[in-house]
Amino acid sequence: MAEAHPVGFQYVVEAKNRGAKIIHIDPRFTRTSALAHTYVSLRAGADIAFLGGVINYILENEKDFREYVLAYTNASTLVSEDFQDAEDLGGLFSGYDPETHTYDQSSWQYAGHKEHGRQQDESHVDRETAAGLEQESHGTPIPADVPRDPTLRDPRCVYQILKRHYARYTPEVVERLCGVTGDKFLEVCEAWTANSGRERTTALVYSVGWTQHSVGVQYIRAGAIIQLLLGNMGRPGGGVMALRGHASIQGSTDIPTLFNLLPGYLPMPHHRKHETFRQWVDTIRHPEQQGFWANAESYAVSLLKAYFGDAATADNDFGYGWLPRITGDHGTYQQVLDMIDGKIKGYFLLGQNPAVGSAHGRAQRLGMANLDWLVVRDLFMIESATFWKDGPEVATGEIVPEQCRTEVFFLPAASHVEKEGTFTQTQRMLQWREKAVEPSGDCRSELWFFYHLGRLLRERLAGSTAARDQGLLHLTWDYPRHGERGDEPDAEAVLKEINGFEIATGRPLSAFTELRPDGSTAGGCWIYTGVYAGGVNQAARRKPRTEQDWVAREWGWAWPADRRTLYNRASADPDGRPWSERKKYVWWDAEALEWTGYDVPDFEKTKPPSYRPPPGATGVEAISGDDPFIMQGDGKGWLYAPSGLIDGPLPTHYEPAESTVRNPLYDQQANPTRKVYDRTDNPTHPSPNTTVFPYVFSTSRLTEHHTAGAMSRQLAYLSELQPEMFVEVSPALAAERGLEHLGWAHIVTARAAIEARVLVTERLTPLRIEDRVVHQLWMPYHWGGEGLVTGDSANDLIGITLDPNVLIQESKVGTCDIQPGRRPTGPRLLAYVRGYRRRAGLSHDGPEASHDGPEASHDESGEC
Amino acid sequence: MVGPNSLYGPLDPAPDAGHVDAPPRMGFFTDTSVCIGCKACEVACKEWNLVPDDGFNLLGTSYDNTGGLTANSWRHVAFIEQPAATRAPAKAAGPEFLGMPMTDLPGRTIDAPRTDFRWLMMSNVCKHCTHAGCLDVCPTGALFRTEFGTVVVQEDICNGCGYCVPACPYGVIDQREDDGRAWKCTLCYDRIGDGLTPACAKACPTESIQYGELDELRDRARHRVEKLHEQGVTEARLYGHDPNDGVGGDGAFFLLLDEPEVYGLPPDPVVPTRDLAAMWKRAGLAALAMAATVVVSFAGRRR
Repeated sequence: MAEAHPVGFQYVVEAKNRGAKIIHIDPRFTRTSALAHTYVSLRAGADIAFLGGVINYILENEKDFREYVLAYTNASTLVSEDFQDAEDLGGLFSGYDPETHTYDQSSWQYAGHKEHGRQQDESHVDRETAAGLEQESHGTPIPADVPRDPTLRDPRCVYQILKRHYARYTPEVVERLCGVTGDKFLEVCEAWTANSGRERTTALVYSVGWTQHSVGVQYIRAGAIIQLLLGNMGRPGGGVMALRGHASIQGSTDIPTLFNLLPGYLPMPHHRKHETFRQWVDTIRHPEQQGFWANAESYAVSLLKAYFGDAATADNDFGYGWLPRITGDHGTYQQVLDMIDGKIKGYFLLGQNPAVGSAHGRAQRLGMANLDWLVVRDLFMIESATFWKDGPEVATGEIVPEQCRTEVFFLPAASHVEKEGTFTQTQRMLQWREKAVEPSGDCRSELWFFYHLGRLLRERLAGSTAARDQGLLHLTWDYPRHGERGDEPDAEAVLKEINGFEIATGRPLSAFTELRPDGSTAGGCWIYTGVYAGGVNQAARRKPRTEQDWVAREWGWAWPADRRTLYNRASADPDGRPWSERKKYVWWDAEALEWTGYDVPDFEKTKPPSYRPPPGATGVEAISGDDPFIMQGDGKGWLYAPSGLIDGPLPTHYEPAESTVRNPLYDQQANPTRKVYDRTDNPTHPSPNTTVFPYVFSTSRLTEHHTAGAMSRQLAYLSELQPEMFVEVSPALAAERGLEHLGWAHIVTARAAIEARVLVTERLTPLRIEDRVVHQLWMPYHWGGEGLVTGDSANDLIGITLDPNVLIQESKVGTCDIQPGRRPTGPRLLAYVRGYRRRAGLSHDGPEASHDGPEASHDESGEC
Repeated sequence: MVGPNSLYGPLDPAPDAGHVDAPPRMGFFTDTSVCIGCKACEVACKEWNLVPDDGFNLLGTSYDNTGGLTANSWRHVAFIEQPAATRAPAKAAGPEFLGMPMTDLPGRTIDAPRTDFRWLMMSNVCKHCTHAGCLDVCPTGALFRTEFGTVVVQEDICNGCGYCVPACPYGVIDQREDDGRAWKCTLCYDRIGDGLTPACAKACPTESIQYGELDELRDRARHRVEKLHEQGVTEARLYGHDPNDGVGGDGAFFLLLDEPEVYGLPPDPVVPTRDLAAMWKRAGLAALAMAATVVVSFAGRRR
């Protein structure tokens, strides 16, 4: 966190100064470890084994916050008798089909509700479309009257299933698998449990590297299980905090740049699952379900009204037919492979540098070299705009600049100080940003670019009667313009549209409960409704924390409804009283008969704790007065996920796709449902393997640089602070391989060989795993061929294997070899890597041998 | 206006330098126990003061690629990696430490066994000494004492003679290679006069660098050390805070977690002018002796 989020880390330092204990768990000793009380080194990719050990410790020693767990989680819920655990099936859950590598999830359901499980073909579609990401926030259809055992003794209740599932995650297993000694592990367990409960809370903070694993979603689930068991959710000082990779990554999922989502986590219509408007809306709201998604029709209709204005009417399903449809996996990695295969003709890159920043750099560059056109909008001339003339493949002869077919358009972009708008940070808080200076020269904002691109496209298409053009032609595209040139769309007008308004009067709405399904309201993103309440830009509020209470509600605006802590009903006990005076946050005022507190209650304001839904209730009405997790189908925090996850209801330790270790816990080696692209240009190492690729590597950031380096390697003051690509190795590994401090070394995988200067440091320590020593090495991934300081890209080493739930690549752990000296250059480099593949026994290595490019399927191979 | 302690000892430097109604002495307290090594101070300093880059060199000294305070780096973050003790120091059996140079880097030899690896970070800067050697030897008056008690080089007066370089007991001030003029931290003289915080302190995310009135900072530092000792960080100590030290106390002082040598700081810095009085006395004595010899020799000749 100190390494990649130094500004946010000030609050950790502040907490430390006030007596908080800081624990840092990381494969390598970082700047965060330097300030932590306790640093725990573990093997990259073994996190579930570690967290599973913590869960086992909590359950074994009954350290859970029992009242919280009973009232607010699904611990007492009974699960279907058909459910079989990974325990009994060698690491697989019931319902697995080895043909499709997916689960029929019927048997995972709560007792008596089997019919709601995801069928296998649905699971397959869900994986293709990363539907897990939608489910994550939608909850799934769970009727309120599921059978429970409040004594937690029934062997089929979630609590007992959890206990059995994690029983094998003993401290000894943690030591053998993660390389964490027993006393260190117990220190973490004791600190975590001792600082949780009525009087205390513990926060779990992770950086997005945690998501970049073939089991990334389950890592976070494992953390969430611990936080639920210890009563750390919905309470001040608790939570599971995701540190994002850029200023507005939260914002770019809320109003998404993702292929499978529309604003406010509404699913992008799927051509088969959502043929009609009704099908689409019903899959979001699940008619029989309780919770706030029941009002999904209001959110969906208001979005369509914001898109299409007067053209959206009840008669034409508010223009639902004009929305594009997805047909399967259109994720970034599938797209790259489709580019290589010649299926994609054009590509826009906005503030993204995949030639350096995405996994499998070579595939990224070869894909972009096989387009008709590529538009790159960035602050600097980045590698993704210049790969065709001086990228690594030009050196190897795989891209010939004179023959590369891709026409690249480079458009200079305005920086964040040259445009207005909002950033949404990890607390879901929107903060308004003023424009400080006019962008220079031809630099323009994204808003300017898309507005005028849309305007020009609409002018070109004017009068078209083709069905495919109607969506574009019916968009409301009437933003007021201002600025020095008079052509900059007004970002506040966009924010106002996102907020939503009453169509008849234009009055900005103040809460998403005001959205209507009859077409009388418009709103671009329902969860953002309220950010422009009262016609005031609430995101621009900047009252210093010294002038308000510690919740600081007058700084910026947080979705939903300006709530700073989500699910904060859980900060009070089932009767609505604070769990303790010390951790008082939101409570039921029995005299005023309403919820009150320091934050906006995440609950219906006047629903008393004693409220119980009438039989047959659905939607918001079905939420009990003591159900804090109001977006979930049963109002409970899910220790066990009966559906919604492609790879199982409980986090289970699988080895990374590439590992040097045989999974000691189960027969199943790696995540059985991981997304694999088995192609000659995407080879994956045999696993486990300790001969050809004997070492574990991980990559991440340095404080001094920003991601793919486009914004930092161009600046002298940052470049001088970390001027060269390097690899960190332990003294023991240096001795084993003959590596010299500050000398050169090259790192090899089946995808690439890259070179780096060597830093020998005791911040990396070899770990004893099972009966062997596992060496880990680490690299930053900031370097590429452009800028003041250049070097090889660590991402070139990484292959494409994805988490099945959200299609994020496994880029934080892999296996490799390291050798002293520089790598070969030119065509000899390809031969060198090929030699490694041959020795590793990776088959079908045909096309490349003749230097035909990665795939024989496209005619231009050999040219670019 | 030369006071009794103008050359050595405790002193309020601004009035001593002739500033009438000087504002309180301003300084830095750099608390290395919360430094996260982000180097924002280095970058902010260069941005504000238009300091050129110092070259793109991988130094291999942990994450420090700046190397030290130079004419082109006025803040420098040192990184010290200290291994965990794998063996107890063989004090009784081994040879007695005689203060001789060691083959190992300072801080790598373990006196108190540590169970954990430690990574120390410290943002170093000009100390703005009470008795500033650089200022005392400057023949052109380019270096001067500001009303805030800080020491600043005037770039348009400096003639590049370089006398100040060996006069600094900390090795801070340095000449640029092009024309030889000397440069160092100004404590953002052009900011603090307008009531602004110096760029490095403003950019520091963890308040490792604190700017303020020196007296108040010294109080704050004392409390911070006490608190750290209470929390079991017994190795915390202050450096450069004591007006009775060899430079009359620093305007920029530090909280360290190990011996000063570990961070590359001199353990007992002394301003060259401390010995000025004695030197002049000796020189005077020598001159008298010479004169006496001459007198004696002439006297002898007359005989």
